[in-house]
Amino acid sequence: MSAGDWQAIGVTLRLAAVTTLVLLALGTPLAWWLARTRSGAATWIESLVALPLVLPPTVLGFYLLVWMGPQGGVGRALAALNLPPLVFSFWGLIVASVISSLPFMVQPLRDAFAAIPPRVLDAAATLRAPPLDAFFSVAVPLARRGFLSALTLTFAHTVGEFGVVLMVGGNIPGATRVLSIAIYDHAEAMNHSAAHVLAGGLLLASFAALLALNLASRKRTVIGA
Amino acid sequence: MLSRRHVIGVSALCGAGVVRAQAAGRLTIAAASDLRFALDEALQPFRAAQRGASIDVVYGASGKLATQLRNGAPFDVFLSADIALARELDDAGLATDGPRVYAVGRLAAWSTHAELGRLPLAALVRDSRVKRFAIANPEHAPYGQRAMQALQSQGLQGDVQPKLVLGDNVSQAATFIETGAAQAGLIAHSLVLSPALAGKGAWTLIPEAWHAALEQALVITRRAADNPLAAAFVRHLEAPPTRELLRRNGFALPEQVRREPSDSVNKP
Repeated sequence: MSAGDWQAIGVTLRLAAVTTLVLLALGTPLAWWLARTRSGAATWIESLVALPLVLPPTVLGFYLLVWMGPQGGVGRALAALNLPPLVFSFWGLIVASVISSLPFMVQPLRDAFAAIPPRVLDAAATLRAPPLDAFFSVAVPLARRGFLSALTLTFAHTVGEFGVVLMVGGNIPGATRVLSIAIYDHAEAMNHSAAHVLAGGLLLASFAALLALNLASRKRTVIGA
Repeated sequence: MLSRRHVIGVSALCGAGVVRAQAAGRLTIAAASDLRFALDEALQPFRAAQRGASIDVVYGASGKLATQLRNGAPFDVFLSADIALARELDDAGLATDGPRVYAVGRLAAWSTHAELGRLPLAALVRDSRVKRFAIANPEHAPYGQRAMQALQSQGLQGDVQPKLVLGDNVSQAATFIETGAAQAGLIAHSLVLSPALAGKGAWTLIPEAWHAALEQALVITRRAADNPLAAAFVRHLEAPPTRELLRRNGFALPEQVRREPSDSVNKP
């Protein structure tokens, strides 16, 4: 594997890690709200959250390119503030990945939170636990499997991203050339052995992640009760 | 147990790791796909001479690279397979030097089946063994556009239409043929001669009269106006040893390096 390949792996892992952490921070409160709210807006928000699951990546990539590009709203705002553009940058990829992997973080968390019986949280309240304390000491441990699922799926999905990255990334080595693009590049250069190594490695790593997730999530059967 | 403090700490580290200090010498070249092997070879002595500099190449269809440049892609030098794209960028004020013609490309019909590759174009397209015929996408790849022109000039458009597959760029079209997914196609002569494909099957050069010329021109982008590496690279590309290398790799050379007078008056 060449130095360029290792660099692509590095970019991919950094992208996936930062995206997962950002989504953990943003997605947890959103999932909590979706799980517990009675508001009618929830259905609309849930549909928006699920949108990246069904949209072709090129649609998302196209809109992001327009929006973050020099003619778009975000692009112009950044230029006015003398900040570097988001297109063709690592941070642009973070924005794209956060949007594209949003459902993978929010949905498992929402389902896990929704499965917590309300009386458990009521009990915590009657024991004078402030809401935030109740959240971290009661809800989070009970939603453990949901967190595990959300983190793993978000990370793995970001590692596997291609369409969106291709549209807004520009294949810049060290900044936006992720693993999936590197494989595409090798295939185009007819460098089949290099493509095999990377693709095979990615396949094994993804499978291992999913296997680990499923093993860790296996419910233990409760006898009696 | 992962505490909040751990999460914040790790994310700060990730963020810091991402903000890299700008390398002292950094050059990002956007190059047409037909240059893939020739440019890699040509860059070897240049990289050796510019020790410590970070030199990256992004290959793609010229049209696509030009669009990315327009949208702010951080390229310092753009080696287009079509001078028209270089001129457009210059007209848009995105170039500080150029367009400069560095080579003239040629189209070749190629098949991994030698007996097919030796057929004249009309016979090749109409042959029943050729179920898929690959070219680059005419919409944004100059070689694809010229391939379409060549096919049209020979009245083969109707014959090829049901068999046509489009590669994102001329390299991808070559991959389709090399893997056998397409039995034949029209790709860059430079790719046919490249180490990855040389000796596989057979090829026929397409007469230049069948399509518009493939004048390949470069520009140094406005972004690289003060980048000494960009100027050094162009000098290296136009030097006799590199030009000989290009000729060996299937390019024709301009009689002398021509520099187009630029239309835009305002140069920053």
